[in-house]
Amino acid sequence: MSALDATLRKLGAMTIDGVWRLGFAARFFLAVLRYSGQSFLRLPLTIREIYFSGVLSLLIILVSGLFVGMVLGLQGYDILQRFGSSDALGIMVALSLLRELGPVVAGLLFASRAGSAVTAEIGLMKTTEQLQAMDMMAVNPLARVVAPRFWGGVISMPLLAAMFSAMGIFGGWMIGVVAIGVDDGAFWSQMRASVDFRYDVLNGVIKSFVFGVAVSWVAVFEGYDCHPTAEGVSRAITRTVVYSALLILALDFVLTSFMFRGP
Amino acid sequence: MNRATLDLWVGLFVTLGFAALVFLAVKVGSYSTARGAIYSVNASFDNIGNLKVRAPVKSAGVVVGRVGRIKLDKKAYRAVVRLDINDGFKFPTDTGASVLTSGVLGEQYIGLDPGGDEGLLKQGDTLQITQSAVVLERLISQFMFNKAAETPASAH
Repeated sequence: MSALDATLRKLGAMTIDGVWRLGFAARFFLAVLRYSGQSFLRLPLTIREIYFSGVLSLLIILVSGLFVGMVLGLQGYDILQRFGSSDALGIMVALSLLRELGPVVAGLLFASRAGSAVTAEIGLMKTTEQLQAMDMMAVNPLARVVAPRFWGGVISMPLLAAMFSAMGIFGGWMIGVVAIGVDDGAFWSQMRASVDFRYDVLNGVIKSFVFGVAVSWVAVFEGYDCHPTAEGVSRAITRTVVYSALLILALDFVLTSFMFRGP
Repeated sequence: MNRATLDLWVGLFVTLGFAALVFLAVKVGSYSTARGAIYSVNASFDNIGNLKVRAPVKSAGVVVGRVGRIKLDKKAYRAVVRLDINDGFKFPTDTGASVLTSGVLGEQYIGLDPGGDEGLLKQGDTLQITQSAVVLERLISQFMFNKAAETPASAH
C-alpha cells in the first residue's frame, strides 16, 4: 500500500510541478514582451542574436532544404507517374514544402541548432552568476540578455523557413526536370496555377512565425529556469530540444486544421 | 567579430530571406482572383459531380474567378454554387455555366459560355442556363440500356 501511496504522491507532485512551470513560463513570456521595448532601443544586441541564430543556421537549413526537395522530387515522380500525371510534380513539391515541410522541418532544425545554443548560453550565464551580477549593476537581464535572443529567433525563423522552401523547390526542380526529364514549362506553370500566394505561401509564413515564437520562448525559458549546475544546464538543453519538437508538431496540427480545412 | 562584419552578414541574411519570399510569391505562387475586386453570381446545378470550393471558373480556358461556396437548395434539391468572378471580367446576363473536367483525372471547374445579351451580370444575379457534371456511371448505364433496348429490335 505504501508503494502505491508513494507513486501517487510522486504523480501529484509531478503534475503540480508541471502546472507551476507552465504558469511561470507564461509569466516569463509576458515579462520578456514587456522588456522588449527596452532591448529594441539597443538594436545591435538583437542584430547580434540574429547573426548567431539565423546566419549560422543558414548552411544546415539550405543543405537540408535541398535534400528534402530532392527526395520529394524522386518520391513524387515515382507516385505521380503511376497515374500518368508526372507533370503535376511541381504542385506536389511546392505545396508539401510551403504548407508543411518548410515550416516544420526548418523549425525542428532551428530548435536543435539555435534553440539549444541559446539555452546553453543563458543557462551558463545563470550558472556562473552573470545574470545576478547584471541585476546587481541595475541592468535588467530580461532586457539585456533574454529579449534580444528571443527576438533574434522570432525574426530569423520565418526567413529560414522561406529559404528552406525555396531551396527545396529548387531541389525538386533539379531532380524532376534536370535529372528525370519532366517538362520544365509544365513543372512551373502547373505549380503557379495551383499555388495561391495568400492561401499557401502566407499561411506557411504564419506557421513559421508561430514556430519561431514557440521555439524561442522554450529556449530562453529553459535557459533562464535551469538548475545552476553543469547537469542542470545539460538537462535544460535536452528539454529545449524535446519540448520545441513536440510543440512544433502539435502546433502544426492545430494550425493546419485551422488553415487548410477546405470548404 | 566586429560590428560592421556582423551587420553585413545579418543584412545579407535578411536580404536572402526576403529574396526567398519574393521567389515564392512571384515564381511559385500566384495571386488569386479572390478577395480582390470581385462580384458574385449564383448558378444552380442538378449535379456538380466532384466540384470543390476554390475550383477555377474559366471562360474560353482563361481563369476569371473561383468557386466561392457550394450549398444544397433544400427545396429543389439542387446544388447552388456561388461564383466569385474578377471585377475585370464582365459577362452578358444570358451566360451559361457548365461543370467541366480538365483531362481524364483532372480537377473539375466551371466553364462560362457568354451569350449575346446586351445587359451585364451584376452582384447577386443568378445564371439561368446551366449544365451539370457528367457522371460516368450514369453515362455508362444509359449507354447499356440503349444497347439492351435496341438489340431485340435489330434481331427482329
